[in-house]
Amino acid sequence: MGDYIVHIVTAIGVGIVFLYGCLGEILTEKSGHLNLGIPGIMCMGAAGGCYGVSVYMGTLSNNAEPSWFLLLFISIILAALFACIGGLIYAFLTVSLRCNQNVTGLAITTFGSGFAEYVMSMVKSNEGTEFAIAKLKFKASLPFAGNLGWFGQIFLSHGFLVYFAIVLAILMWFTLKKTRIGLNLCAVGENPATADAAGINVTAYKYVAILVGSAIVGVGGLFYVMDSNNGSWENASTLLAYGWLAIALVIFAVWKPNFAILGSILFGIFYIAPNAIKGIDLATMKIFKIFPYLITVIVLIFTSVFDSKNAQPPAGLGLTYFREDR
Amino acid sequence: MTNSNKTQQREPLFHITKRTDIPLWKSLLIRVGAIVLGLLIIAIICSIMFGINPFAVFATIIEGNFGTERRFWILLQDTALLLVVGLALIPAFKMKFWNLGGNGQVLVGALATVAVMKFLGGELPDGIVWVIMLLASVIAGAIWAVIPAIFKAFFNTNESLFTLMMNYIAEALVLYFVYIWKTGASDTIEPMPMGNLPTIGNPFLLTIIVAAIITVFLAIYLKFSKHGYEISVVGESQNTAKYIGINVKKVVIRTLVLSGAMCGLVGLLLAGAIDHTMSATTAQNMGFTGIMVAWLAKFNPIIMVLSALGIQFLTKGMGRVQKKFGITSDAVSNIMIGLIYFFVIACEFFISYKIHINLKSKNKAKNSDGGNK
Amino acid sequence: MNNEIAVRFDGITKAFGSKVVANKDVTFDIYKGEILSLLGENGSGKTTLMNMLAGIYYPDKGKIFINGEEAVITSPHDAFRYKIGMIHQHFKLVDVFSAAQNIVLGIKDEKYNIKKASARIGEIAKKYGFIIDPNKKIHEMSVSEKQTVEIIKVLYRGADILVLDEPTAVLTPQEIEKLFVILRNMRRDGKTIIIITHKLNEVMEISDRVAILRKGEYVGTVETSRTSEKALTEMMVGQKIELNIDRSEPKNSEDRLIIKNITYKNREGVLVLDDVSFTARSGEILGVAGISGSGQKELLETIAGLIKPDGGDIIFHNPKKDKPVTLFHKTLKQVKELAVKGCFHYPDGSPVNLSGISDKQIKRLIDEEKIIFNEDEIMDLRNKTPLQIRELGVRLSFVPEDRLGMGLVGNMDIVDNMMLRSYRKGNPIFVDRKKPSDLADKIISELQVVTPSSHTPIRRLSGGNVQKVLVGREISYAPKVLMAAYPVRGLDINSSYAIYNLLTKQKENGAAVIFVGEDLDVLLSLCDRIIVISGGQITGVLDGRTANKEEVGLLMTKHSKEVETND
Repeated sequence: MGDYIVHIVTAIGVGIVFLYGCLGEILTEKSGHLNLGIPGIMCMGAAGGCYGVSVYMGTLSNNAEPSWFLLLFISIILAALFACIGGLIYAFLTVSLRCNQNVTGLAITTFGSGFAEYVMSMVKSNEGTEFAIAKLKFKASLPFAGNLGWFGQIFLSHGFLVYFAIVLAILMWFTLKKTRIGLNLCAVGENPATADAAGINVTAYKYVAILVGSAIVGVGGLFYVMDSNNGSWENASTLLAYGWLAIALVIFAVWKPNFAILGSILFGIFYIAPNAIKGIDLATMKIFKIFPYLITVIVLIFTSVFDSKNAQPPAGLGLTYFREDR
Repeated sequence: MTNSNKTQQREPLFHITKRTDIPLWKSLLIRVGAIVLGLLIIAIICSIMFGINPFAVFATIIEGNFGTERRFWILLQDTALLLVVGLALIPAFKMKFWNLGGNGQVLVGALATVAVMKFLGGELPDGIVWVIMLLASVIAGAIWAVIPAIFKAFFNTNESLFTLMMNYIAEALVLYFVYIWKTGASDTIEPMPMGNLPTIGNPFLLTIIVAAIITVFLAIYLKFSKHGYEISVVGESQNTAKYIGINVKKVVIRTLVLSGAMCGLVGLLLAGAIDHTMSATTAQNMGFTGIMVAWLAKFNPIIMVLSALGIQFLTKGMGRVQKKFGITSDAVSNIMIGLIYFFVIACEFFISYKIHINLKSKNKAKNSDGGNK
Repeated sequence: MNNEIAVRFDGITKAFGSKVVANKDVTFDIYKGEILSLLGENGSGKTTLMNMLAGIYYPDKGKIFINGEEAVITSPHDAFRYKIGMIHQHFKLVDVFSAAQNIVLGIKDEKYNIKKASARIGEIAKKYGFIIDPNKKIHEMSVSEKQTVEIIKVLYRGADILVLDEPTAVLTPQEIEKLFVILRNMRRDGKTIIIITHKLNEVMEISDRVAILRKGEYVGTVETSRTSEKALTEMMVGQKIELNIDRSEPKNSEDRLIIKNITYKNREGVLVLDDVSFTARSGEILGVAGISGSGQKELLETIAGLIKPDGGDIIFHNPKKDKPVTLFHKTLKQVKELAVKGCFHYPDGSPVNLSGISDKQIKRLIDEEKIIFNEDEIMDLRNKTPLQIRELGVRLSFVPEDRLGMGLVGNMDIVDNMMLRSYRKGNPIFVDRKKPSDLADKIISELQVVTPSSHTPIRRLSGGNVQKVLVGREISYAPKVLMAAYPVRGLDINSSYAIYNLLTKQKENGAAVIFVGEDLDVLLSLCDRIIVISGGQITGVLDGRTANKEEVGLLMTKHSKEVETND
């Protein structure tokens, strides 16, 4: 029993990385843009966040206790800002210059991973101790969580960013479903010509969706380093793998933030399952990695074969909008 | 009168129209300009971010490619590999089928090759093993590409997402087989002793020759074959294709078989002729880089030789820069290549669109407000 | 109805490019609380004029007054400020949204609350008699439901002046009745309604007054109660203008293509072709007259094999009699099969018996043109794909309406466009560009196509030259049937005449030419016979030499119900 709880907690920790990536990509795709630069942007966010941690920790005198609020605030802001650099390049190229989305996204991923490695190479020198202290703050949970048995462990033992992600998902679900902004955004992604005719500023919506989406993805990168991966940055390619899975999760969650919460935990379980299940041989462990992608493909096939209108990508996904094309 | 003032205020500062046509020299000029601008930015960043003399960087890039004979051969070999992947993608792209699954198709090709080498290498005469390797890798790649194609043709399943996912399924499969076939204590397969493809002249030449043959083959296929002609028609207009009686589904599936088979062939070269083993990173992300290669060359097989060479040249050169100036990881290389990509991608806008800047024209305001095109 | 003026057009002129003048000095008034029909043929400038009222276009010259004040309408948003709303022919709706979501889309000064909006939609629906479920998704709706959403969208924004562009074109007779009830309810509520239409029976039924446009110019306004369909038709079509087209007498005319009871329902379930029957004869031009969108496109596409009809037959008489068999049209296997059926004879008239003769000998007989057809082939083309039709040896050429989207590929050069028809011939693997290149050169010189070379991408040519290339290719195969849909649309006078002459020449060569046109003067001067199509039905067959314009005009606007009662 105890083991299972530990595993579920780990799975949530991994799943939340996917959730951040997925939420950012959902927002972007809702505006009609398939951003394949998400993995790179996640790296950029991670680097920005780590840079923030490093800068803040550097201002403290020896042995001083970092402030929880300031540490998180500064690093989250920087993670979002750095990620937005990638988002801005993507938005400028695909929205304003109407460049091909797939090609631009892949270029962003190349650029982002290099950018992150570069920033991290500057931060890394003082990574060891600083990150070890900082990670505790990121993982700090409610003090009484430990006293509540399995319930506390599963639901209350996480750091702030886990809850932030879930709140974000709910907020996004609410915005998309219940507010005018959400309605307008969906209209932009579904049918930009109609949105344009209805007086919605298509370009502005696209820019904001891409930038906010990137910021969310960036925070996901920070969460990965500081929480999920216990305060250590390995290399960009590890994080890129998370980014691609996040894109898979978007399909799995059929572009719905509320589904993404459950989906992310499921993906997290799949991700850690090979290490969690006892008595499993190593070969089977390897084959487990297929499952998140396989079920994503199955979802993709099902939704298209049955032409389920509620589970389709936004109709304008991947298409450039140019008003004078008529 | 206040009303007509309002009309003028609405007039935007500039407006964009689609170009119907651009002379070749102008589009070439824009592209070359973009690359030069990109290199200039690289030079500036090098000196500011890394504090390196940009000329030293450019010299090192050249040295990294031509410094030794081996480096030069590797440049050619890797260009050849990347070129074939890029070539494999263009028939699909010409049909507006976004095959993002090059990595996966290369990987399953390598997987099939390694399987044949492992189980038949030494058991059968080399010649027969090679033929089986060729068939296995090509078929494996084709299967990997044709699954998304079939769903695209019959159910209009989003092909970019599908092929993307197929990459990671292939990667996981490779990891699995690496594990069960591993020979040492570490999670890798030692290079196979048996069943390797023959070396012609030097170890690099086979790949280069294969790439040259495929380039010529594909250029002819696209330009002069009936299949190539059908691909162009389907890509340009499905309505026209139907009008002249082309079976669009058949063309999509057939083309993706070809696309996948060529990627599978790259897997064969990588596993059978170069690495003699495989890992999850065998494809070296060429499925994605290949998209760049194809895109930069506007899907022209011959120009792709240049774009593939350019990208590999930069990659190798930047790798050398990193080593020489003591920069760890592949940070510099990816940043620089990413930047060059941005410039080249962005320049397409100036080729396909025209920007009209409205200089305080009072009378024009009303006319252009009609906004018809 | 009072005589307060809601909208005044004052000298409105609008041109597209330097050649096409869509509206020329249009001046007239629309009264408050009336239903005004805007009547005119295709291309008479009705939609353009209304688009200027709705803020889609801005007039080059002239002024628009709304309720007596000059209005500057530069965007649909401006139009809403003047309480003008237009329901376009192509609906602007988001498929995955519900009706209510579409209706409130883009409204800025209202809190987003679907429940409240739904309630208001309910009120509007009740007031005017709409039936609508605000929560139903657009993709689950019929065309008429979608139209309802569009109308309510406009009313929800408080429009007092409503413009409906061909609202009945997509509706069934029952739905039209319902729409008219609603329109009357809106009139009672004081709304000003303008409907663009060319269906005379509807004009007579619904409108208070009728304004007529012809070729971009305003002809006049009449009160519906004081006019007749005939008088309106005369105003709409104008005097017959004799065109200078050489029309030769048909020679050796015989039945070539027999269309029997073709019925076709489109994907939306609308009956587009309703029991269509007619015969196209060799050596004559058969004109198809009708308001565009009456089923002409579907009719031709059905014959060409692009659409599968739900019922009916397409019989093709292949004039093979006394012609040698070719291996191009028939495989060896087919020849053997047909020989057994007694389809061939030798030049001396004796029947062909191929049993016991080797393949090689048969081939030689064919090459030496020793095997000759006994009689014409009669083939059913229904449910055949374009490729199968070609493989049957039926030389059917089709100049589709959508030149660059269907007939030609804009990004390919002239040679490659020639290949569209012929690329399957010859070498099984490689395409042959030699023959298409010769053909391209021939077409360029014979039809005087203005182009830098035969390797220029087609999209760079002017409309007339594009059409010459397309028609040139289609007639180069000496078609037995040549179908052309709006072949002169958008062309200047000279190019148009070039096309007319080409069609006439094909007719003289013995082809059955089917010409779908919109200009009645042209139809009457070019065609030997004219069939009129309205609402997917053939409403009349006329002799091109004796028919007059009003006759055709009336048949074009005839309602399906009338047809039934008249027959």
